[in-house]
Amino acid sequence: MISAGLDVGSRTIKMVTFDTIVRDSIVVETGANPLRRSQELMSGRDYERLVVTGYGRHLIAPTLQGEVISEIRAFAVGARYLYPDCGTVIDIGGQDCKVILLSDNGEVQKFEMNDRCAAGTGKFLEIMANTLEVKIDELGKLAISATNTIRINSLCTVFAESEVVSLIARGERPGDIALGLHDAIATRITTMARRVGIKERVVFAGGAALNQCLNRLVGDKLNIEMTVPREPQIVGAIGAALLATKILSNNSESKIKK
Amino acid sequence: MANDNVQMWTELNIDLKSHDMLLNALGPIFQEVYLSQKNRPAGMGFYDFVVGDIHGIRVKELREHAKNGGKVVATYCLFVPEELVWAADAIPVGLCAGTQFSIPMAEEVLPRNTCALIKSSFGFRLGRVCPYVQASHLIVGETTCDGKKKMFELLNQYQPVYVMEVPNKKTERSRQLWHGEVLAFKDVIEKLTGNKITAEKLGQAIDLVNARRLALQRLYNLRKNRPVPISGKDALLATQVSFYDDAKRDTQMLNALCDELDKRVAAGQGVAPAKAPRILISGSPMAIPNWKLHHIIESAGAMVVCEESCTGTRLFSDLVKPTRPNLDEQLKAIADRYMNIHCACFTPNDERPDDVVRLAKEYQADGVIHYNLQFCHTYANEAYKMEKRLEKEGIPLLRIETDYSDEDAGQLRTRIEAFLEMIKK
Repeated sequence: MISAGLDVGSRTIKMVTFDTIVRDSIVVETGANPLRRSQELMSGRDYERLVVTGYGRHLIAPTLQGEVISEIRAFAVGARYLYPDCGTVIDIGGQDCKVILLSDNGEVQKFEMNDRCAAGTGKFLEIMANTLEVKIDELGKLAISATNTIRINSLCTVFAESEVVSLIARGERPGDIALGLHDAIATRITTMARRVGIKERVVFAGGAALNQCLNRLVGDKLNIEMTVPREPQIVGAIGAALLATKILSNNSESKIKK
Repeated sequence: MANDNVQMWTELNIDLKSHDMLLNALGPIFQEVYLSQKNRPAGMGFYDFVVGDIHGIRVKELREHAKNGGKVVATYCLFVPEELVWAADAIPVGLCAGTQFSIPMAEEVLPRNTCALIKSSFGFRLGRVCPYVQASHLIVGETTCDGKKKMFELLNQYQPVYVMEVPNKKTERSRQLWHGEVLAFKDVIEKLTGNKITAEKLGQAIDLVNARRLALQRLYNLRKNRPVPISGKDALLATQVSFYDDAKRDTQMLNALCDELDKRVAAGQGVAPAKAPRILISGSPMAIPNWKLHHIIESAGAMVVCEESCTGTRLFSDLVKPTRPNLDEQLKAIADRYMNIHCACFTPNDERPDDVVRLAKEYQADGVIHYNLQFCHTYANEAYKMEKRLEKEGIPLLRIETDYSDEDAGQLRTRIEAFLEMIKK
């Protein structure tokens, strides 16, 4: 009995198939036509039930005959599966960031998510990487190499970009600027986390969790060690696949949470 | 009739081109948000008709009234005591301020970081796209927030504006100030209309407005039933229309709607399954045609069962206490009633969380969504106390800050769906 989870994000689409363990997982770019991309991704695959989450969930689910679940629940379920003692999930994705507090039985107890703007999200880092002329996956390394943090005053992506441009013009080192940018995001996510309340173990998920500088800064500010899964991007897709299994077996959810 | 309307709008100095765009935009939105709902009460037909001719028939009535020498008094806030307007044979109209359409116009003048409601209302006047504003002889503002207070100064350059001073505290001195404001308002209205407000006239006006409040109470009480007999969107629309329809007709229409809902309740019929999550919304007002949050919530399978807001319970939960036909007593009763609105403009305003806790129980709400317009600092600040209080009571809360635009619809849908997943039993 194979189930599938699809997490259609703003930047990438994540797919997981699951029976008793994760059988397969894949991450592709979302592109301009997420429906076609998702169809290509699922065609020829063997699964009985699909649950779709992420921004594109309502667009994709009807065509692929999947159920819909919010990414907040998907990340909660996915993180609990990977770490049964998980108390909090911090997720920084392409265009949103969220902090999810779990109840003892693994349900979503409380959460915060950014509203409209890209401040503190992967998109913010991506735009700043562009401005600093480095690849997104090199931005974290650049920041870690810095000797000095420059304070970035604006968290608004548009304003921060012009702030960065003027810092470059002032002759500041790209590494120091990069560290300042990471620090700004880490401060924002920390404020959000404090608002929700933090319970250990804290699992750091989403594409931005691959950024070691961010991981270290957030951990330092919260005074905890965060756990980063081997593939932090697919946590939501795992949660979706697990929920699909649950629908399939029509069993109580506790059974699938190990 | 359409041509009559165009002629009327021309006479009112409406910017016809812009106004056409506004009305053309409203149609499809109303279709999507309202007419696509299933199992609506037949009594909503009246409200559909009103929205279908939103700048037509009612404006025509106001114009007829004006042609016969009557005055039209436009307001933006629950604090303006409409009894005094009716008692002087003038007609009060609660102006709408609920659309993104007029916001870019307002931003030519107002600071961008002003709430959508203020910008929308100002834009209507600046862009000359609202016949209700154009048809009014006096706009009555109030000091419930700094943004509005300063906007009224600017609005006064275009049209006569009178501002009532709403106090910020609930002390005895504040009550006295407010009582004085009510007396002063009486003079303003008498001067505007040339009519003397008598105890007899004021008594009739108190009864007229109380009757509408009772009809709204009846409607909201029906929403306490499970399954709920009317959608939150429909109830909100009926409430919004109450702001500018004729009070007597509105009372009749509300009661007719309630008669129908009584039958639904007796038959155990609802607009949604009994197990649909029930949501109480608390916070900033939702002026017509702001149906954004209700639409997202109800499209996700939940039902809005109550609004603790100025376009909700605060509009009608208190009546003006009946008094002897004596002007002093009546004016005191009016001042007392209006002073008891639990608006976030007061400090402190601890009655409001009490209200929300009580309403959540009465309406069997599974969760509360605290809603504030972006840049509405009073409600945004109260959200924190509300959160702490509801946490103590074990009532789940989701805080939403938004405006009239659709750019955050995706994020809102995610957060609301996650909230519903969280509270589903």
